[in-house]
Amino acid sequence: MAPDALFEVRDLGVRFTTPRGRVSAVREVTLEVRRGECLAVVGESGSGKSQLFLGCLGLLAAGGVVEGSARFDGQELLGPDDGPRRAALGTRLAMVFQDPMNALTPHLTIGRQLAEVVLERGLLDAAAARARSLEVLQSVGMPESEERLRQYPHELSGGQRQRAAIAMALMTRPDLLVADEPTTALDVTVQAQVIDVLRKARDRGLAVVLITHDMGVVAGIADRVAVMYAGRIVETAPAGELFAAPAHPYTAALLASVPRLDTPLAGRLVGIEGQPPAPGAEPDGCAFAPRCPSVLEPCHRSRPPLESHGSRSVACHALRRPAGAGP
Amino acid sequence: MSEAANETLLRVRNLTVRFPMPRTRLVGPRPWIKAVDAVDLEIDTGCTLGLVGESGCGKSTLARAILALVVPQAGTIEWRGQPLRHDDAVGLRRMRRELQVVFQDPVGSLDPRMSIGESVAEALEALEGPQDAVATRARVNSMLAEVGLDPTIHARYPHELSGGQCQRAAIARALVGRPKLLVCDEAVSALDVSVQAQIVNLLADLRRRHGLALLFISHNLAVVRHLCDEVAVLYRGRVVERGTSAAIFAGPRHPYTRALLAAVPDPDPAAHARAAVPELRAAAAAEAVAVVGCAYQPRCPLADGLCREQVPRLEDVGDGHLAACHQARIRPAAS
Amino acid sequence: MAGSIRASAMTEGALWGDARRRLRGNRAAIAAAAFIAVLVLAALLGPLGSPYAVDQVDWTLSPLASPPSLANGHWFGTDSNGRDLFVRVWTGTQVSLLVALLATAVSVVIGVAWGATAGYLGGRVDGWMMRVVDVLYALPYMFFVIILTVVFGRSLWLIFLAIGAVGWLTMARIVRGQALALRQREFVLAAVALGLPARRIIARHIVPNVLGTVIVYATLTVPQVILFESFLSFLGLGVQEPLTSLGRLVAEGALEMETAPWQLLVPASVLALLLLALNFLGDGLRDALDPRLG
Repeated sequence: MAPDALFEVRDLGVRFTTPRGRVSAVREVTLEVRRGECLAVVGESGSGKSQLFLGCLGLLAAGGVVEGSARFDGQELLGPDDGPRRAALGTRLAMVFQDPMNALTPHLTIGRQLAEVVLERGLLDAAAARARSLEVLQSVGMPESEERLRQYPHELSGGQRQRAAIAMALMTRPDLLVADEPTTALDVTVQAQVIDVLRKARDRGLAVVLITHDMGVVAGIADRVAVMYAGRIVETAPAGELFAAPAHPYTAALLASVPRLDTPLAGRLVGIEGQPPAPGAEPDGCAFAPRCPSVLEPCHRSRPPLESHGSRSVACHALRRPAGAGP
Repeated sequence: MSEAANETLLRVRNLTVRFPMPRTRLVGPRPWIKAVDAVDLEIDTGCTLGLVGESGCGKSTLARAILALVVPQAGTIEWRGQPLRHDDAVGLRRMRRELQVVFQDPVGSLDPRMSIGESVAEALEALEGPQDAVATRARVNSMLAEVGLDPTIHARYPHELSGGQCQRAAIARALVGRPKLLVCDEAVSALDVSVQAQIVNLLADLRRRHGLALLFISHNLAVVRHLCDEVAVLYRGRVVERGTSAAIFAGPRHPYTRALLAAVPDPDPAAHARAAVPELRAAAAAEAVAVVGCAYQPRCPLADGLCREQVPRLEDVGDGHLAACHQARIRPAAS
Repeated sequence: MAGSIRASAMTEGALWGDARRRLRGNRAAIAAAAFIAVLVLAALLGPLGSPYAVDQVDWTLSPLASPPSLANGHWFGTDSNGRDLFVRVWTGTQVSLLVALLATAVSVVIGVAWGATAGYLGGRVDGWMMRVVDVLYALPYMFFVIILTVVFGRSLWLIFLAIGAVGWLTMARIVRGQALALRQREFVLAAVALGLPARRIIARHIVPNVLGTVIVYATLTVPQVILFESFLSFLGLGVQEPLTSLGRLVAEGALEMETAPWQLLVPASVLALLLLALNFLGDGLRDALDPRLG
């Protein structure tokens, strides 16, 4: 474990018992988040990226079971003792969701909700709580913060609500913020501003986990990226290297699918044929093999393990062929 | 396939759709909000028009007015030269055979209690009258194949399929009657990016194969760029810029269009490091504010006194490229 | 299906396969359904298994009203006129169930048609249609039923109509609420965009998607109808001799409560257990079908 690893996940799995039997959403995930860095966890529907963190934080829906280990600053969150998890959650470790109304109560003012975060835990007195609320709201770039404190969530726009939700998460000055698709529901002009808020918080020392399917947003803030497919990690790399030279065929295809403004007008988009396997219906061997443009024979038989090469790791058979064996 | 001569399929003039707001006072006129405000548009055979804007700009309301799902308060809509009236059932029927729609939510746009085959067959029957069962089945299957679905899917239900498959089924339903214009209301916004790419390619293929015209509504400029010949940008119910894709993407003249383009997240970390975050003044949360002058001016970095007093009209800024901005006339396009 | 497992595990529950599975998991509902099935069988076969007819007086008994006894073949005893209660109770159950089913059917048919149309059309039409419902709701329908029975006499068909005519009101309100929500859904908009006429959309898209709710409320209406019929019988306005119903039996038994308690206890128990089972089943159906659409 690297000395500055703040959050460490080992062999994590998430299973659900559905009417159709036991189904795994996440399998054998190992990753870490270092202090002050932004790790982006990228994947499409069904990749398990949200369930991974919901599992670590004990927020799974009914019927969900977590296995494996998740350590926050050395303390195990998933052990039989609930204590460390409940101590960390909401104070040193906070979460922000796609819909800010998941965090905001419609019938209380913003100021009241922000203050309650610290008042409830007895961290500050009323006056200090009010002062902190204003300070945090300003730090997330909320225009006219004083007035906003007196307003109700429905009086704010979508972007402002999301800023308020982020402010709520930052009230206790956490060490780690997990943001699950924070910009997906927002207009594109507001999206850039919210990412800017997260980036500035990261620059001030906050570790951020950004869960998203939007590669453009990832490029704006991530230090490192982990790509997930069908419940497993298929590649991790520093952001610059991942975008410049993706190693796993899925990462390459995903990047190629993103519509860009600098390619020829009315050019054809590159998609990925087919769709991800339904949870519980993963094929033998590599889950991406049925759709992979670089597929080889062994890919259908055995699942490639995640192997590290320096700062990167990839799970792919097609990379391990000796040089000169073809494209 | 013999092609009809190039004609203007859809002509919208001065369209206005208003919605009543909840009353703040017991007496006096009821406050309204203009979802669509004096919009003009035209779409010719085989042409694709991208309608771009963010939430609340009125693009969905505009689409619904065009499809005669919502009654406008003012303005006219002409389909192939014939004005559309809401009490003209025969005219509407004729229009519906040639103008169809695909919605945003792939699973929600299909009746959960009908199989895919039944949904598509129902469309065929609605548009062309009662059909022979065998012929219907054949046409449904061929349509499903054409959108890239395995014909065995006709017996499945929407909740058994993925988002991409459902959207293909919705496209099959919309196209089974061979319409001339397809309205896509955020049709790819709810899909994963790799699936989005498939559907956009499918639409491009279908368009080429059948000479289909498209009204493609989206908040995603990058997608619009791949599919559309022309673009119209909507802000608060008004068209603020209009032109060919080439012109708009190369040189946007309205500050809002520029802001939209600047905000599209580029999947390139180096580009992000270079660019500064566009500093937009905050948009007011309340939409019903009666703004005198340009609706964009509270957020606009270029706004001056004239902008606060006079609503800018759409004017030609060169070669048929239209922009509704006082500053666009004065200052040439920024690079 | 696209989306996380969590999403697919909680899909809009109203598809029949998932619903059946959920229902099977609900033990109370299954037990209730089994009990009702047994009761129905008993009601149909019971009278056949007894040598007595429904209005046959057993003159061999003295007094005529005799308590339940296996020895003399009157397993539930006899009523004050010496008629076998076993046969009468099961015949009465048949009649009560028949009235309940038919009256519920009438209220479902009228209620669904009215509510779906009002909810889908919306606007002024909806306003007027629901005003009618509101006005009818306000009428004291007991008086209405009494007047009908006085004018047309006490026939079984009249009971059906009277009860059905009142029962459809609640059903209409419930269905109208569902229809209002449904008409905003995109698949309904798509149907409108296809040019389908309103009656077709209501029949093919609105009604099938409210069926879940309708089934639940119909199952919960049945006990209400049985009770109402029992109440009418108690007042002497229900079915006439020689037919009987659970309500009549309870009414008659109540008069003899002190001297011949079994005459009250047996039909009252059957009635109470039937209502209880129907309520359990209705609750189970509601959980299984989850009428929150969307």
